[in-house]
Amino acid sequence: MKFRRSVVAAALVILLGCGVLWWSTDGLTAFTAETARRADVLRSPRRLPPVVLEDQDGRAFRLQDYQGQLLAVEFIYTRCPTLCRSLGMAFRQIRDRVPQQALGRDFALLSISFDPDRDDRTSLKAYGRAYGADGTRWRIARVRSAADLKPLLEAFGIIVIADGQGGFEHNAAIHLVGRDGRLAEISDLDEAVPFATSLAASL
Amino acid sequence: MTGHMLVQIPLLAAIGILACRLLPARWQGALLVAAGGAIPCVLLAVFASSYWMLPRALDAALTNPLAEAVKFTSLPVLVGLPLALAWKQFSAIGRGLVLTNYSSMLAVLGWLYIAAPMRVCNGYLVGQQVGVGWLMVELAVLIFAGWLATLFVGGAPVAVDKVDKLDQSQRASRT
Repeated sequence: MKFRRSVVAAALVILLGCGVLWWSTDGLTAFTAETARRADVLRSPRRLPPVVLEDQDGRAFRLQDYQGQLLAVEFIYTRCPTLCRSLGMAFRQIRDRVPQQALGRDFALLSISFDPDRDDRTSLKAYGRAYGADGTRWRIARVRSAADLKPLLEAFGIIVIADGQGGFEHNAAIHLVGRDGRLAEISDLDEAVPFATSLAASL
Repeated sequence: MTGHMLVQIPLLAAIGILACRLLPARWQGALLVAAGGAIPCVLLAVFASSYWMLPRALDAALTNPLAEAVKFTSLPVLVGLPLALAWKQFSAIGRGLVLTNYSSMLAVLGWLYIAAPMRVCNGYLVGQQVGVGWLMVELAVLIFAGWLATLFVGGAPVAVDKVDKLDQSQRASRT
């Protein structure tokens, strides 16, 4: 009797335990929050908050203004020594690989700084110049009011932590906002070329 | 990261162990019987601690208040308590199994954190990740060495009055 209860209890625990581990890793696929956020966005594209952004020339706009086009978004800060350079280069690669007539009409690029206090228009312009952003089809922007930063980062799933040396560490990726204005895809930084190829196919 | 993973989480489990010890013996016995014995308890503790080894779970505990609440309740109740209940039931072999199991899980996790080419937790820096990885490996080695040591050290010396009684009974059988 005691043995049977032991077996039943053990079986129950194993079943429940495996179930919880399966559910919490999305079927043993996503062990990290980063993988999970990417898979989640693919499954259900996310609405984005209507925050007001300001580009390197001081023009105000919203993400929603890009509806009808495909928009690639990345999050940077201009003082970034390494990661944001790769982000800038990735965007340049994407921009170069997309059919030129689609650029500006059907597809645009947007680099958003998550350090709006220190990244002013001059820094944004300098960053844009360094990577060949033309300021219209590829804009470098920041949030107008600091209060909007948190909801924006949360919607995209970007977590920024101060690295103790005046810089930041953050999860970096290339985000694709669909024509309906929802975040539809998050792609790895090292896969800019495949991203551009599949993008070109859907333009 | 070190504080979170290697201090807070083990402390929470330790709270569960302590809470179990503080319960009256009858309740402990009743809980053990309800759980079906020591093995389901250990299995529960292993699954629950595996969940909290996922980088996702740690990130969730940092950003989501519900996840943090779950952490504060599940670690004492689902890891500490069952382990404490089951510990007394286990012989040296059983205890050795549990300890070596945990030690190896810790070592593998630590190595993963050291060797991972990117940050596994969005909430922590790379340097912190490597540091925690090394600490985990060191802790795993310590636990293993500690357990090994208990194998070589003898048990408690036999109580003096027991020896006397043994002597008396031997004398009585001789006469």
